[in-house]
Amino acid sequence: MAGSTESRSQRRLDRRLLIERLSSRWLQGAGYFAIALFALIVLALLYQSLPLLSEYSLVQALTSSNWDPAQNEFGFLPAIVGTIYVTALTMAMGTPIAILAAIYIAEYAEGRAKTLVSSFIDVLAAIPSVIFGLVALIVVVPFVGDYLAPAVGSSATGLGIFTVSLVMAIVVTPFMISLSVESLEALPDELRESSLGVGATKWETIRSVLLRAAGPGIFSAVLLGFGRVFGATIVPAMLIGGQTHLPSSPFATGQTLPTLIVNDFGELMSLPLTQSALIFVGLMLVVVVWLFNFTAMLVRRRLQRRWQY
Amino acid sequence: MTDTALTTENLTVTYTGNREVEALKGVSVEFPANQLTAIIGPSGCGKSTLLKSLNRLHEIQPNVEISGDVLLGEQSVYNTDEPVPELRRRIGYVPQTPTALPLSIYENVAYGLQIHGDYESKADLDDRVEHYLRKVNLWSEVEDRLDAPGAELSTGQIQRLCLARSLAVEPDILLCDEVTSALDPVSAETVEETLESLKDEYTIIMVTHSMDQAKRLADEVVFLYLGDCIETNDTRSFFENPQHERTAEFVSGHTVVGDDDDDESESTAAATTVAAER
Repeated sequence: MAGSTESRSQRRLDRRLLIERLSSRWLQGAGYFAIALFALIVLALLYQSLPLLSEYSLVQALTSSNWDPAQNEFGFLPAIVGTIYVTALTMAMGTPIAILAAIYIAEYAEGRAKTLVSSFIDVLAAIPSVIFGLVALIVVVPFVGDYLAPAVGSSATGLGIFTVSLVMAIVVTPFMISLSVESLEALPDELRESSLGVGATKWETIRSVLLRAAGPGIFSAVLLGFGRVFGATIVPAMLIGGQTHLPSSPFATGQTLPTLIVNDFGELMSLPLTQSALIFVGLMLVVVVWLFNFTAMLVRRRLQRRWQY
Repeated sequence: MTDTALTTENLTVTYTGNREVEALKGVSVEFPANQLTAIIGPSGCGKSTLLKSLNRLHEIQPNVEISGDVLLGEQSVYNTDEPVPELRRRIGYVPQTPTALPLSIYENVAYGLQIHGDYESKADLDDRVEHYLRKVNLWSEVEDRLDAPGAELSTGQIQRLCLARSLAVEPDILLCDEVTSALDPVSAETVEETLESLKDEYTIIMVTHSMDQAKRLADEVVFLYLGDCIETNDTRSFFENPQHERTAEFVSGHTVVGDDDDDESESTAAATTVAAER
């Protein structure tokens, strides 16, 4: 009787240990699969970019502003400048608003106002960006073309870098707000009490204590927004005007790296060199995002150490 | 005969969240000046609420209603034109969890001074930071790494850093919320020694769930039970000659349980008290 209980529990133990070993293997496998996938994507893109890179030097491709696939001219500079332009303008407009709104929601808003504002921001974040593109075509494009651009002495149709940046700011700001609010709300009340307890005002507490303590989280939120703008495709494709030249002003039309791909891939994929050029654009996007994330991780670590609490 | 530093008059605090809870039910207590008063009582009986309502810190929580008043000397804390930050500067607060602000060790102490501009020059600020770090017996441990983040210190050191930060703005009164409960016994002892050395100069009001700590440190004891102030007395009379049955039960109940000072034994003590009532 006692013996059979013993052997049953022994069998059970063997089984439990087997499951334990298998499950850790599975989890490990899933982790390595993600790394392998990333390597595979980079390698595939690199391999397919080789035809272009054997015809042109890297420097030539990156610094030439002449993009004419029909004539086998592949200068990426206009799209690179357009991407930098859009990303910088969007972040310049979106980041301050995101941080201020997050501070308001996390630290000032109370009760129903808080529920109302934060639920509307969640709704905004959930709207597919193609909808923003559509509404912008009806509202923002005429406004920019008829009023804003002429007001600063620029003639434009309304399609262009500025319009894309404005709309992208509206698309990514809700994300940055939500994540920043989470970082602020995750802070322990003791931080607030410690600061208020020596006679600091609420604003002093926010500025000197809470924004630092939540700094790494807010930094991540802003970077996530950056990543979305950098890789944004549909809104720029709808609103940028799709002309591959160096933009002369914020209201000029232009091209970003992702719009270069979506505008050209349909017709031109049949030409091997063009296909290779577009795949090279993809490679640039992946490498830049990866480099950026890597740097961001290092910066975040530094901030976390400096501003630990 | 000692002066009264702080008085509560019929102080009632109600949390009006999902479930309405009266955390304090008309508490009237006097806290003597330049003494250490311990607020004791079982978990959830309103100790921290009382402490935080003394300098209006509970106001950062939503859904709190308060009536009655707190008097700082003669001056009302609630019905006053004085800005709340200025009140809180005079009634400092040290939280239960040792909390370093996300600043360097130096800046943690200088924080309040810099906000209020209470210093002549950088050299003066340096002197003051050193003075208060010495006062809490931390200077020798940190003098060669003042620029390191405060959070890199041990929890016991952080708690003394918190004391230094609070003292640096020269409050009249210092509120301490179970300041040793998150510490290991050795660090707790160091913090207790620091409080001991401070209590002649400052009015300290300390929440504790440890009877023994109250016995060791306090001059006066305030006993709260379910939002009511049951008894206040000088420490010796409170423990040796309790005036109320409930106090006697609480004091003896705790003695039976032993002198662990963690939350578990506190709730056990409360349970014992409740059991004794039946």
